[in-house]
Amino acid sequence: MNNWPLLSLLIWLPMVGGMVVMFLREERQALARWVSLLVTLVVFLLSLQLWLGFDNQSSAMQFVEQAQWVPAIHARYHLGIDGIALPLILMTTLVMVLVVLAGWHVSQRIEQFMAAFLLLEGFMIGVFCALDALLFYVFFEGMLIPMFLIIGIWGGPNRVYATLKFFLYTFFGSVFMLIGLIYLYLKTGSWALADWYAQPLSLNEQIWLFLGFLLAFAVKIPMWPVHTWLPDAHVEAPTAGSVVLAAVMLKIGGFGFIRFSLPVTPDASQELAWLMIALSLVAVVYVGLVALVQADMKKLIAYSSISHMGFVTLGLFVLLGALADPARQDAIKLAMDGAVVQMISHGFVSAAMFLGVGVLYDRMHTRMIKDYGGVAQVMPWFTLFAVFFAMANSGLPGTSGFVGEFMVILASFQAGFWLAFLAATTLILGAAYTLWMVKRVMFGEIHNPEVKKLEDIGSREAAMLTVLAVLVLAIGVWPEPLLDMMNISVTHLIELAARSKLG
Amino acid sequence: MNWYQALTMILPEIIMLAMACVLLMLQAFLPERRKGLIHVLALVTLALVAILTMRPYLVGSPVWPESILHGAFVRDRAGDLMKVFVEIVAFLALVYGKQYFRVWQQKAEDFYILLILSVFGMMVMISAANLLTLYLGLETLALASYAAVAMFRKIGLSVEAAVKYFVMGAVASGMLLYGMSLLYGATGSLQLSEIRTAVAALPAHDPLLLLALVFLLVGLAFKLGAVPFHMWLPDVYEGAPAAVMSFVASAPKIAGFAILYRVLVDGLAPISSQWQGIVGLLALLSMGLGNVVAIAQTNVKRMLAYSTISHVGFLLLGMLSGSVGYTASLFYALTYALMSVGAFGLLMLLTARGQEAETLDDLKGLNQRAPWLALMMAFLMASMAGVPPFVGFFSKLYVLQAAVEAGQIWLAIAAVLFAVMGAYYYLRVIKVMYFDTSENEQPVLLPLDAQAAITLSGTAQLFLGVFAGPLMSLCVWAMN
Repeated sequence: MNNWPLLSLLIWLPMVGGMVVMFLREERQALARWVSLLVTLVVFLLSLQLWLGFDNQSSAMQFVEQAQWVPAIHARYHLGIDGIALPLILMTTLVMVLVVLAGWHVSQRIEQFMAAFLLLEGFMIGVFCALDALLFYVFFEGMLIPMFLIIGIWGGPNRVYATLKFFLYTFFGSVFMLIGLIYLYLKTGSWALADWYAQPLSLNEQIWLFLGFLLAFAVKIPMWPVHTWLPDAHVEAPTAGSVVLAAVMLKIGGFGFIRFSLPVTPDASQELAWLMIALSLVAVVYVGLVALVQADMKKLIAYSSISHMGFVTLGLFVLLGALADPARQDAIKLAMDGAVVQMISHGFVSAAMFLGVGVLYDRMHTRMIKDYGGVAQVMPWFTLFAVFFAMANSGLPGTSGFVGEFMVILASFQAGFWLAFLAATTLILGAAYTLWMVKRVMFGEIHNPEVKKLEDIGSREAAMLTVLAVLVLAIGVWPEPLLDMMNISVTHLIELAARSKLG
Repeated sequence: MNWYQALTMILPEIIMLAMACVLLMLQAFLPERRKGLIHVLALVTLALVAILTMRPYLVGSPVWPESILHGAFVRDRAGDLMKVFVEIVAFLALVYGKQYFRVWQQKAEDFYILLILSVFGMMVMISAANLLTLYLGLETLALASYAAVAMFRKIGLSVEAAVKYFVMGAVASGMLLYGMSLLYGATGSLQLSEIRTAVAALPAHDPLLLLALVFLLVGLAFKLGAVPFHMWLPDVYEGAPAAVMSFVASAPKIAGFAILYRVLVDGLAPISSQWQGIVGLLALLSMGLGNVVAIAQTNVKRMLAYSTISHVGFLLLGMLSGSVGYTASLFYALTYALMSVGAFGLLMLLTARGQEAETLDDLKGLNQRAPWLALMMAFLMASMAGVPPFVGFFSKLYVLQAAVEAGQIWLAIAAVLFAVMGAYYYLRVIKVMYFDTSENEQPVLLPLDAQAAITLSGTAQLFLGVFAGPLMSLCVWAMN
């Protein structure tokens, strides 16, 4: 099976599947669901095949596919993955199976609903595989239209505002990157990332390019102060949409920093690391505080996501200034590892949190914390899961949430005590806002008669949450397989980031 | 070069003109119930001429002479590519038009004939090797379009639109003609190749030459609808019947690129530093005003008019930067014509009996009534907005690349900013189709040919985007 174009299959199978589902007649709802589930399952199994065939010991791109695409501008259809893209792809394919399950009972236009998600899956996997910058951009932007429709058609009451804001914010961010990409293309005569990594650039050029990339990825990840689209989008999106948004689409921002900012503009990255660190800390501390006062569960988790993604950018940039220092190489590695682990972990935890809110919302049609209270008395099984994921979200040791944050905080000590101190406040803040929410929703007296009528989770919901719980626990107690997978690639990334391009 | 060879080279134009006359006769003498024949014949003519235009390339690789008919006419690869696209777009407009005229219960035969005539005008324009031919082609196109806009003279704003169009068009033609005469005075020739040599010999700041240049540019900007010479355009788009607009808004953009290219590059390339600044300003203003004002429109036809202005801005952006830029502009013009005819085509298909579909409300909840049409319109809008993977993205990318290459990074940044603003109003169309619900639950019933045409227009946006290679390579090949 190793000769198959696995990556292309992973990209195009869901897209073709999505088109097939779209053409199903409106009455064939069950068929639309089952076909979608089948497609996502097959894609997931194929991605496992990717894992089996992956060589941990090589920093080179693997499963490479190359073909002509647009010869007039030298753009190529060029795919390949390294140890950083692989876990993200595995996470994506798994989360998409759960997403289909989460949208199982959507009644309005389910064939379009499922089709949008399947198309989205293809685009997202494409982003992680693309080694040609134009291809990357096309996949990156291609995600916008399906997500625009998902929020806009199946979202909450204020969905039109939210989805337009989402689209325009992201579009605005990425067009500046496009100019940067065009500039680099004209400079190198190629869209291949490998050529861009090798291209010398003056500091001035690098800084402008870095800022262009920053706008695109900072909006996507999102960083403070361009994060405001995310809470709106999350609140209005249907559960399945929130899950994809939080679990996968935010990671694409972080992945962009890894693929573009660090290796293409290494000197500018070092030069502007202070800015990235400052913005990350604002995200961690200030947005954490903002999360504390939210009355809406989805909004709270959205802010918590921004705060957690702050760790990703912090981990990537915190020790860039020390790249030349041989004594601190281990700490740099630790920080970068931590950033990637945090991306994966947050993918699972946030997916679980949003699924949990979805479970409650499906029954009560409200996301307001004050409408709940005492849910534990009527939904014991659900409460078990909810408390577990809340612990993971607050970074309790033994869960995946702890691993990434701890690595980044530990590494931050090398950059300065106060920096690490501020970063570590997340352990308190995260615990505060998550557990306080859980306390208000799950425990205490039942004061809303509606809550009394709640039924505990069914097998479909239990299955989704169990899968995520197992993974969160697995990464929490035994992160070795994940770290092994990305070890060499992260080292390679550090080498690229350490090599000055000024000369 | 003997007469026979020359005639075979202009055979497509001859057939076009002959058929226009034949159709005119048939229109006069055919009994009413046989008039359907005219539609069929018009379609056949367009297809036949397109095939004839392509034929030399299919059987071999022809080498065209510099010019024929004593320097009046030039046949080259770029021209032939443009002509084929003009014919394709006209063909689509005709297919859409049939349904539309039936719904309005208006006589459509005049439209078919005017359309054939204006295609002929465009073909002449595209192939012009001298200013006189250029002007003749332009006026043939213009007169046919004025008449077509006025066709629904008893309905709505049609007459007002036609009068505005005619008056402004006449002013523009006057400017252009005056510019041409000044250019003749400065260079002593109407032949574009000779003008080029003469201009190269003149000092770059020759006042007569600059005056000629300014008049020419103003005339061209009027015709294309570039800001600040755009005022007529929204009124005409709003007032004219959608069937006419689908054609007038699309194919002439290709011919417009041709005339820009012939005059500015073939003729005035030696003083490109003089006209690039003006064209750059026109581009910037058009992109800015077009995109900003379009946001405020609730009438889709008017919105598309402002969107056209912004697209003209992008088209002009490519003219700033040498051969890559010209190729990019050509690609832009071709793809934009396909988008435009599709978007107006869809409005035509939604037009119910006696009620033009033109406001955003008419598109409300289209996804419930006709999901396939909604999807096609979404494709067209996304393509116009320049969202990948649709072809509109690649045409913008190509033009931007040319602008950056010419060192116009700030212009490129302004362009993408305006493109983001533009995305808003295209998205709004998708929004009303998908997110809003309509009171009108009637499903849209369409004949097969109209369905095929809209499917072709919509899926072409996706297909030409995902596989952007061939068409782009074709443009590069044509411009070399």
